[in-house]
Amino acid sequence: MLMPENKNRQFIDFEKPIKDLLDDIEKLKENKDKKEVDPSDYIKQLEERVIEKRRDITQNLTSWQKVQLSRHPDRPYTLKYIQKMCTNFVELHGDRNVKDDKAMVGGFAELDGETVMIIGQQKGINTKMRQLRNFGMANPEGYRKALRLMKLAEKFNKPVITLIDTPGAYPGLEAEERGQGEAIARNIYEMMRLKVPVICVIIGEGASGGALGVGVGDKIFMLENTWYTVISPESCSSILWRSWEMKEKAAEQLQLTSDKMYGFGLVDGIVPEPVGGAHWDYDEAAQNLKKVLVATLQQLKQQDPQQRIENRIEKFGKMGFWEEQPA
Amino acid sequence: MARQEEDFDANLAGEDGQTEETKSGWFKRIKKGILTSTADKKETPEGLWNKCPECNYICTVTELKEHLFTCPKCNHHHRVGSHEYFELLFDEGQCAILFENIRAKDQLNFTDLKNYQKRLEETWKKTDLTDSIRIGAGKVKGYPLVIGCMDFEFIGGSLGSVMGERISRAIDYCLQHKTPLMIICKSGGARMMESAFSLMQLAKVSGKLSQLTDAKIPYISLLTDPAFGGISASFGMLGDLNIAEPGALIGFAGPRVIKETIKKDLPPGFQRSEFLLEHGFLDFIVDRKQMKDKLASVLQLFQH
Ligand SMILES: [Zn+2]
Repeated sequence: MLMPENKNRQFIDFEKPIKDLLDDIEKLKENKDKKEVDPSDYIKQLEERVIEKRRDITQNLTSWQKVQLSRHPDRPYTLKYIQKMCTNFVELHGDRNVKDDKAMVGGFAELDGETVMIIGQQKGINTKMRQLRNFGMANPEGYRKALRLMKLAEKFNKPVITLIDTPGAYPGLEAEERGQGEAIARNIYEMMRLKVPVICVIIGEGASGGALGVGVGDKIFMLENTWYTVISPESCSSILWRSWEMKEKAAEQLQLTSDKMYGFGLVDGIVPEPVGGAHWDYDEAAQNLKKVLVATLQQLKQQDPQQRIENRIEKFGKMGFWEEQPA
Repeated sequence: MARQEEDFDANLAGEDGQTEETKSGWFKRIKKGILTSTADKKETPEGLWNKCPECNYICTVTELKEHLFTCPKCNHHHRVGSHEYFELLFDEGQCAILFENIRAKDQLNFTDLKNYQKRLEETWKKTDLTDSIRIGAGKVKGYPLVIGCMDFEFIGGSLGSVMGERISRAIDYCLQHKTPLMIICKSGGARMMESAFSLMQLAKVSGKLSQLTDAKIPYISLLTDPAFGGISASFGMLGDLNIAEPGALIGFAGPRVIKETIKKDLPPGFQRSEFLLEHGFLDFIVDRKQMKDKLASVLQLFQH
């Protein structure tokens, strides 16, 4: 699909040249009937240039610009991917203890004819929903809800898929009272031991423990224009540079983009996005992801559950860099 | 309330920060034997007096050491390092120090205000530590125990690849020798200069702990001041027993970040050990002076 689905599409500053072209196309179309010469060919040319522009722009982004793209307000979020990839989604609510955390969603769904448990952080699509979803920042009950659903999947031998998109676990007073650290720790530990296949995908922001709390699996993927690391570039700037102004530099130094993370061997693959970013074509973005998920599930199902767990522990066990001096 | 405002950003950035205990010169002087007995008390030179940050009680460092670095007046637990804990907990202060040959390196060529490699070299020189955790294998009242103890003095006790690998090998050692494990947590959070590699240590160590579980080997997490971020979001909260020293500041998000988020003052005692006990996240709080006895009883209960 060439034109944005949404007329109210928002543009990041570096997307401005695309907006200008789209505005021109819009104007030409409006005046189509008033002109003597048919502008259709010219419109087609411009539309091709939009695609080129999208490609040009995303090919040369800095790390910080990729962070911005991962936060694009029009980007598809977890429920959008579920809707576009799956059928028969039944959303399940609550951690059975405190409440239903709206920043974390999940439920059973069919993916390519097979039942899976699909879980992830959910950001809001407008101002009101952003509040309700707490900007994708889950509280402990969100992580415990996710764990409850994963255990449910395990009980019925259904694979688990997590879609990760969070600026971090919520740093609130009640979150601390209810054990934010413990909730994330428990999830990391239990995900390591789940007997069913687990696939995790960063679909937007992968900020620190908040991401890893639903991020331990047999295979980890990142969408092309996403980031994943130990701290947001802004917080890193404030701590290491004592200033909020060094976020670009921090993003660069953290090497948090999908290509770098894949190069480090910390993720298993990069899922391509539509030209210019996932927000340009929800269907294509979801189909790309679905293809990877279906193929990976087939592969993981071949393995014996115990072997899968041992591989998982070993996979993460190898992560890190150090020097070993002669004893 | 003053101490509530303390945050660990400077320490995590590899600077000394505002925390009293990171001015650790006096511990070193003790180690070197300059201070040995209370007889020295009167001759104690200037600068070897310590003022308690809680109650302002002034005493000599020697007196403080006799109280295991707890305030003789208000019982404030001063921040100490692995040397002090090993001496306190292991029989005759004896243990085998393991995996010191695993050293950090600057694989990402990370440069903030300083280059990471340079920061490491400076920290190695400044402290007598090789990284932010030391692993000791010894006995506590005759019961074998492996202790991993963090040193806040080393880049804020930050969790990086070396800490992850040393704990992993300590767990292998425990599996091999059927020995219980205790980790004494004292850390401001992740080693940001190792970026995503530091985050993955949470998963790495949790995976290894899962092997301890399967082998039915006890793991105790002892949380001391401070224990934040990645520590509390992984092995710090995953003990068969989670215990803490009194008054330790423990949490996921730092007090400063929470305050900025909720735009309200934090209640007194927030994120202290007593608060965590009350909310159900600790098994018990243990005074440093009773720690060895209590630990031995627990080990006995697990063993018998
Ligand atoms: Zn005192």
